[in-house]
Amino acid sequence: MTNATMRLKRSWILFGTAMAVLFSVLMSGAPAAHAATEANTQVRANVHQESSDPSSWEYSIGGSLLLNGKGIKGVTVSAILGSEHYDATTDSSGEWTIAVPKGAEYKVEIVQSTLPKGYKPVNPVLTADLTQTSFAAVLFRFAGQTTTTQSFSDQLTIRIFAGLNFGLLLAMAAIGISLIFGTTGLSNFAHGEMVTFGALLTWLFHAVLGWGVVIAGLVAVLLTAAFGWSQDAFIWKPLRKRRMGLNQMMIVSIGLSIVFRYLLLLFFGGDTKDIAGGGNIIKLGPINTTDLTLWGMLIAVVSLGGVALFLTRTRVGKATRAVSDNAALASATGIDVESIIRIVWVVAAALTGLSGVIYGLELQANWLTGFDILLLLFSAVTLGGLGTSLGATVGALIIGMVVEVSSMFIPNELKYAAALVILIIILIVRPQGVLGKKQRLG
Amino acid sequence: MDFVSIFNLTLGELIGVFTAAYALCALGLAMHFGYTGLLNFGQAGFAALGAYGYAIASLSFHWNLWGSFAFGVACAAAFALLLGIPTLRLRADYLAIVTIAAAQALYYAFGDSEWESITGGANGLSQFGTDFYKANPIPEGRYNLGIITLSQDEIWIRLVSWGLVALVAIILVVLTRSPWGRTLKGIREDEDAVRSLGKNVFAYKMQSLVLGGVIGALGGIVFTLASQTNQPTTWVSNFTFMTWTVLLLGGAATILGPVLGSAVFFMFLMLTQGLFEGLVNIGWLPFLTLAQVGQIRYLLVGIFLVLLVVFRPQGFLGNKKEMQFNG
Repeated sequence: MTNATMRLKRSWILFGTAMAVLFSVLMSGAPAAHAATEANTQVRANVHQESSDPSSWEYSIGGSLLLNGKGIKGVTVSAILGSEHYDATTDSSGEWTIAVPKGAEYKVEIVQSTLPKGYKPVNPVLTADLTQTSFAAVLFRFAGQTTTTQSFSDQLTIRIFAGLNFGLLLAMAAIGISLIFGTTGLSNFAHGEMVTFGALLTWLFHAVLGWGVVIAGLVAVLLTAAFGWSQDAFIWKPLRKRRMGLNQMMIVSIGLSIVFRYLLLLFFGGDTKDIAGGGNIIKLGPINTTDLTLWGMLIAVVSLGGVALFLTRTRVGKATRAVSDNAALASATGIDVESIIRIVWVVAAALTGLSGVIYGLELQANWLTGFDILLLLFSAVTLGGLGTSLGATVGALIIGMVVEVSSMFIPNELKYAAALVILIIILIVRPQGVLGKKQRLG
Repeated sequence: MDFVSIFNLTLGELIGVFTAAYALCALGLAMHFGYTGLLNFGQAGFAALGAYGYAIASLSFHWNLWGSFAFGVACAAAFALLLGIPTLRLRADYLAIVTIAAAQALYYAFGDSEWESITGGANGLSQFGTDFYKANPIPEGRYNLGIITLSQDEIWIRLVSWGLVALVAIILVVLTRSPWGRTLKGIREDEDAVRSLGKNVFAYKMQSLVLGGVIGALGGIVFTLASQTNQPTTWVSNFTFMTWTVLLLGGAATILGPVLGSAVFFMFLMLTQGLFEGLVNIGWLPFLTLAQVGQIRYLLVGIFLVLLVVFRPQGFLGNKKEMQFNG
């Protein structure tokens, strides 16, 4: 066995231990909080709990109640198996998730008395088959009453605002992917899990442990940065030393993504977590938004601006761009490429974690949150031109807009598909991306 | 713990339908990646098109067995053309991003309620295999095959799916040893060198993409025919990633590798399921619930995939020199 493989083996063990310690420290804090929030069940205390605890149930049924693209809030949906009833209530975006204990065929129905007046589902009783999968989507549809009072321009304004918000969230994580791709050439499929990590840690600190939002968010960002640091230190640096091929590294990142995702599922459970209850509503013309969303957008803009300044004004930032352009040349001019890559990993992870924190606070989060938006992130990066940070930002804003504005014209569930189709179309017309340079093509 | 039953169930996976289906999908990927160097991360999309094509043709168009098979395969071939035309001239990672994006878009579209009357929406389709099981020549009854007992229909689907695996494997062996196959390997190693010999690289890549996609579609069809249910959630990107694990396990540039990889993969899943459930039941793993056993298994699959690529990138049967897979 060569020295390199010995070192690699050792770093594997180290990394495993580090992750285990990190998670057990995090989880040991949780039981204390259980008592504090006993009234609101839904708290995942620790993994030693009985399987009668809904948050440890692996199976879930979900969907969204929508009328003309708008969510219907506060409606109870019930999944029935034999004499057992499992209930959930829709949130402000009309979404609901019911955790159920086992894989079977469930009858799912809307509790009609909880529906607002005049709403009639076309299909009030549906079935969800969980015999083959752990999640089933169930979609109730409503007919008739198209009581749209908003004009087209108002709707468009609302969607553009939502698109801007979503685009900013995507941009922070997409820049992370782009920086890592630029300096190391790695397409990191385990990037979405850092979004989830940030969001679920915020839930743990804020909703479970009762810390203030700012402290909870900050600690979550710091821990995600540490997570990024350790990924590079224990996994990617050893692999770079072995001169592993890029495609091979990409497949390693797919494996890591599976590992991280299921670790998150094991420790946090499969249910969707409402972290901050949505915030206080603020009206801006036709737009109904919340103070949380506005703060989130402000933080996103400031941190994106910060990254731009970092990359263009500081020595380290300039060195980062030099490494992205040509690592060998940068190394020849005395730049320590490995330490630049380490800094990039920490900055990228921190930004991605921050995006997860804001995402979780504004919307909701579960173990799949980051994985769900991973493809949108890749689309954003590809769309803008692989490896450029400005491109990733522009790409993310385009993707965010497409996702939100398209839901005016196509079914809400297809809005992510619309973004992916746009990606394919743009690649056909302009393969180097919106801001990419021609020479990046193969 | 009932070791005998765990052992029997594990051995049963050797001839399981899912094993055959994944073997087919991985054989398609072997064509793409192992022999041509194409990074297809949308194999779930090809399999889904096969499965939905078959089910829709038999349920909505009332076509017979052969027509339905042909339609499923044709859908996948059309998908390959659609994706290949814009991306095969670009760098390898563009194909990766476009295929995974397209497969995911298909998954959203199949699960959407807009076309529920055709696709079944989120509930998917079922009971589309009537013709297939009518064609079963085996008399009704339960057959004891030593370690497992199967009904006539269960034997029929196993015969057909493993027959397809054998057929595809033979075709691929012949093809990859032909001048055509050698050209593909040349493209994998050095595209420009092959181009300088006057070969139309784009056309070769396209043929490989279509062929591998069609094989994936066959995998999708047998996968859903086993239980006659086709749910959109089957075709998430995890399906693709599992197929990649199967491929890399056996060896990417081999024909027997994907088959062996699939058998080992499913036996591993079944074995760990049985062992972990047994250990939980007798109270040796007090920190786990039964529901979490499934999650632990996927965790192990992820760790396994990482270790495999790091320490044995050529898989069980591959040749390390042939499989440096740098791109």
